[in-house]
Amino acid sequence: MAAKSNLQNMALCLTLTCLLCSAILGMVYAVTKAPIDAAAEAAAKAAIAEVLPEGGDISEAKTADLDGTTYEYYEEMGGGQVVAYAVKSSTNGFGGNLSLMVGVLPDGTIYNTKVLSHSETPGLGAKCTSDKKFTSQWNGFAKDKKLAVAKDGGDVDAITASTITSRAYTLAVSQARDLIKMLDPDATTGASLFDK
Amino acid sequence: MANKLSLITKGFIKENPTFVLVLGMCPTLATTTSAINGLEMGLATLFVLVLSNIAISLISPIVPDKVHIPVYIVVIATFVTVLQLVMQAYTPSVYKTLGLFIPLIVVNCIILGRAEAFACKNNWIDSALDGLGIGLGFTASLTVIGIVREILGSGSVFGWKFIAGDGILAFVMAPGAFMVLGYLLVLFNKIKK
Amino acid sequence: MEYFLIIISAIFVNNIVLAQFLGICPFLGVSNKLSTASGMSLAVCFVITLATVVTYLVNQYLLVPFGLDFLQTIAFILVIAALVQIVEIVLKKVSPSLYQALGIYLPLITTNCAVLGVAITVVTKEFTFGSAAPHMLNLAESTVYAFATALGYGLAMVLFSGLREHLALNDVPKAFKGLPVALITVSIMAMAFLGFSGIV
Repeated sequence: MAAKSNLQNMALCLTLTCLLCSAILGMVYAVTKAPIDAAAEAAAKAAIAEVLPEGGDISEAKTADLDGTTYEYYEEMGGGQVVAYAVKSSTNGFGGNLSLMVGVLPDGTIYNTKVLSHSETPGLGAKCTSDKKFTSQWNGFAKDKKLAVAKDGGDVDAITASTITSRAYTLAVSQARDLIKMLDPDATTGASLFDK
Repeated sequence: MANKLSLITKGFIKENPTFVLVLGMCPTLATTTSAINGLEMGLATLFVLVLSNIAISLISPIVPDKVHIPVYIVVIATFVTVLQLVMQAYTPSVYKTLGLFIPLIVVNCIILGRAEAFACKNNWIDSALDGLGIGLGFTASLTVIGIVREILGSGSVFGWKFIAGDGILAFVMAPGAFMVLGYLLVLFNKIKK
Repeated sequence: MEYFLIIISAIFVNNIVLAQFLGICPFLGVSNKLSTASGMSLAVCFVITLATVVTYLVNQYLLVPFGLDFLQTIAFILVIAALVQIVEIVLKKVSPSLYQALGIYLPLITTNCAVLGVAITVVTKEFTFGSAAPHMLNLAESTVYAFATALGYGLAMVLFSGLREHLALNDVPKAFKGLPVALITVSIMAMAFLGFSGIV
């Protein structure tokens, strides 16, 4: 069975184990680094592409500040003009952080939204990713509609029994729209894919 | 041959890590919100268990007695990190779903338990089979708990929905996890008699 | 205000045992008696706070600068194991009475997934408290979070062991004896704690 312990063989054994293990890990890390980066990039790109109109070139990540919070956003270029923005916006939901990717056209119309991560209650607030009635209303949410849930006098249909999640979701969208209003003040003159 | 076969089959009933040994409770409760999540967590644990059992059975004769636990922990942590990297690279969505409970395989008592109880006293082939058996037993238990919770909580099995609307939400949340495991243990006790 | 929210959230809303499923094995294992449960809770409280501070610093000043954050799991478990050993040796020399009270629980803590779980959570997860934007916790917030989480662990443990002492005196059907009825009790406790969700 196990060898007798003395200081030398204990130190030697621990050192060898650590060396061997770090060698294995270094190797695996080197092999998997490229696929990991690719997977992370693909996931980020997919989320951005989903909330933007098709066909434009999407810029690198940019950042802008609004009300003391830094937002990450992407611009989609088409015909030398910005045709849409994708903004990463987070709020505090019912169960914790609710993070969205929001596609906004320069005139303030919401093009589409996608949940990046959430910790809402399964079966209730978590429906913000699956409830068709709730998610589909963001598809082309008009610029003159009021961004608040119906209960608060706005035009957003809340998820049944999940008002807090719906409010948080709406707030995240409205933060994104406010950011674009700040970045693109003459919003109404901006080009839109809908005009073409 | 029958002996080798029993190494694999014992994990399902006789030495079932969940229902008999009651080990590795944290992933068992946390990741079984649906059948597929339970299955994935079981397979991830199986991967680490088989590899660490093989490695430990090979090195245990030369490891000095007093430092064997630290050495085993380093070996297990290495395989867990390998698993993390591989999952991040090739199955990022599964990695995201199981989240914290992948690194926590390191402190799953089943793995250190098998190293201490079996792998350090047997050759590497038997240890691999033991890891496979216990790992499959663990996977089966997690999948069963996942199936029960998914049926009651979401009205579906492996994502296939058979009732419209919602299930009993509590079963997807924390209380349901404890309750389903409790009642399955009762059932297991009854059947085993 | 933010610290207050962190504390309420960690103790009640996201209770480490009843909502996050961490540290279940010792939770079920040593909760038979109120006295052992409170001893274990104290030891866990001490180690979680200390381990989180040390692993936070290791991560911030050793792993991240060298781009080695993929080694988090292995580095953290070794730091925790070493830390538990050191605590045990120091306690034995400095305060034999405290060692008497906590000593027997210390070796069990290395494999308590609550310790590693909290250490990994604070360096990988973004938190949102109140109106503040989601952010990674800084050292002070991490320490408060770890300590409050450990308090939540102690609370769940002490409540549960109180219930279990009463359960032991009752006539429980044979197949339910021991763990099954304990798990069902935990389930009802978890239901009660669900009532706290959404307050932070």
